[in-house]
Amino acid sequence: MAFKIKEVSAFYGGKQAVKNVSLAIQARSVTAIIGPSGCGKSTFIRCLNRMNDLVPQFRLEGEILYNGTNIYSRDLDITEVRRRIGMVFQKPNPFPKSIYENAAYGLRIQGISKKGTLDKVVEESLKKAALWEEVRDRLHASALALSGGQQQRLCIARAIATQPEVILFDEPCSALDPIATAKVEDLITALKKEYTVIIVTHNMQQAARVSDVTGFFMMGELIEFDITQKIFTAPSNKLTEDYITGRFG
Amino acid sequence: MTREAYHKALKDVQDEVLRMADKVGKALKDSIEALKQRDLETSKRIIREDIIINRMRFDIEDKCLLLIATQQPMAVDLRILAAVINIITDLERIGDHAEGIAKINIAIGEDSLVKPLVDIPRMGEKGLSMLERCMKAFVDKDIESARQICNEDDEVDALYDQIYRELLLIMIENPRTIQGATYLIWTAHNLERTADRVTNIAERIVFMVTGKMEEMNVSKY
Repeated sequence: MAFKIKEVSAFYGGKQAVKNVSLAIQARSVTAIIGPSGCGKSTFIRCLNRMNDLVPQFRLEGEILYNGTNIYSRDLDITEVRRRIGMVFQKPNPFPKSIYENAAYGLRIQGISKKGTLDKVVEESLKKAALWEEVRDRLHASALALSGGQQQRLCIARAIATQPEVILFDEPCSALDPIATAKVEDLITALKKEYTVIIVTHNMQQAARVSDVTGFFMMGELIEFDITQKIFTAPSNKLTEDYITGRFG
Repeated sequence: MTREAYHKALKDVQDEVLRMADKVGKALKDSIEALKQRDLETSKRIIREDIIINRMRFDIEDKCLLLIATQQPMAVDLRILAAVINIITDLERIGDHAEGIAKINIAIGEDSLVKPLVDIPRMGEKGLSMLERCMKAFVDKDIESARQICNEDDEVDALYDQIYRELLLIMIENPRTIQGATYLIWTAHNLERTADRVTNIAERIVFMVTGKMEEMNVSKY
């Protein structure tokens, strides 16, 4: 198990966004988190690499063990946590720099500046993000000149470059067209050979297509967590069934 | 994200399955009655109208495929559509069995039956009752009733055995009855298969409700 999440509750001030959630996430698999707006799924995924630490008045109870270590323990280096557990956001957010510099960014802030190393990592990450063939001739062009789908794959390359073990995707395709979405979905499936992938998505067909395991959240609670095939063909819980068949939400 | 139009379309598909089942049940009932009454006109009508049943099956199948393609149904909705596609196939085949009995009646023509019909109508009634209750179980999503119906297939098989034995004896006693007796064995066989098809439908109802495929009664034929 990559993650063991034990009785986790998350609060923004007095408001509880995640309620007593326990689950285990297997390494090298794709886990999808689905649920209606405001169900706590983004808050939950952001707990997994301490992204919520930046939010004022955020508070977490319970334990999130990553490979046996509590990622919220005081003596842990938060930068190292986020290096190992990378994140890709809803809107492609490349830096206003070249394609090359975007992919090399994580290494540069780690103090790596040797050209040979950077070249190699940039190429490898762009290849893994299925973008290399499209940008190899214009690595020094602005990343902002890329299409939305290419920008999102560049963000994935940027996340991969620091050699993480887990990649968290928060609605990675909601700003993309269907073709770009299909490319990112193919990429997610390819990535699970090397990485643990956790994806929050509003698109249930996407969850059904790309994930091995799915968790359904509602009003901060984890209602059902099971293999994806079962969730989408014969869920055990009536609430899950009503949500995925569009009877509420 | 409530989807009223989609849920209405899903309900309409199920209503059409019930209409198709009614039509099939009526064809079956009429085919046995026509054989009993030696009513060739009714048999001809059943043969003519089988095409309506076939068309209903394709219409429903089209609607299911359209809903799958455009609405991405999931969970119970997906299981309903998968079950419906199978159920209409079995209903259409039951329609063919009714047509088969009608054709036998026409083949017998003006000849008299080799024996009075007692157990064949009984098989027909049993099959019809199974079909009607099965479609009620489909509406009510009643798996207990569906399972019960599967068990009743044994009674139909037993009636078939009895008819077969009886007709065999008639043929041994008088070889001139072979043709007429064979027609009645074919009729009984159509009814035996009808009950098997109802069993298939019942299995699909259990799948539709539970998500589990179960083979609930393996016919001895």
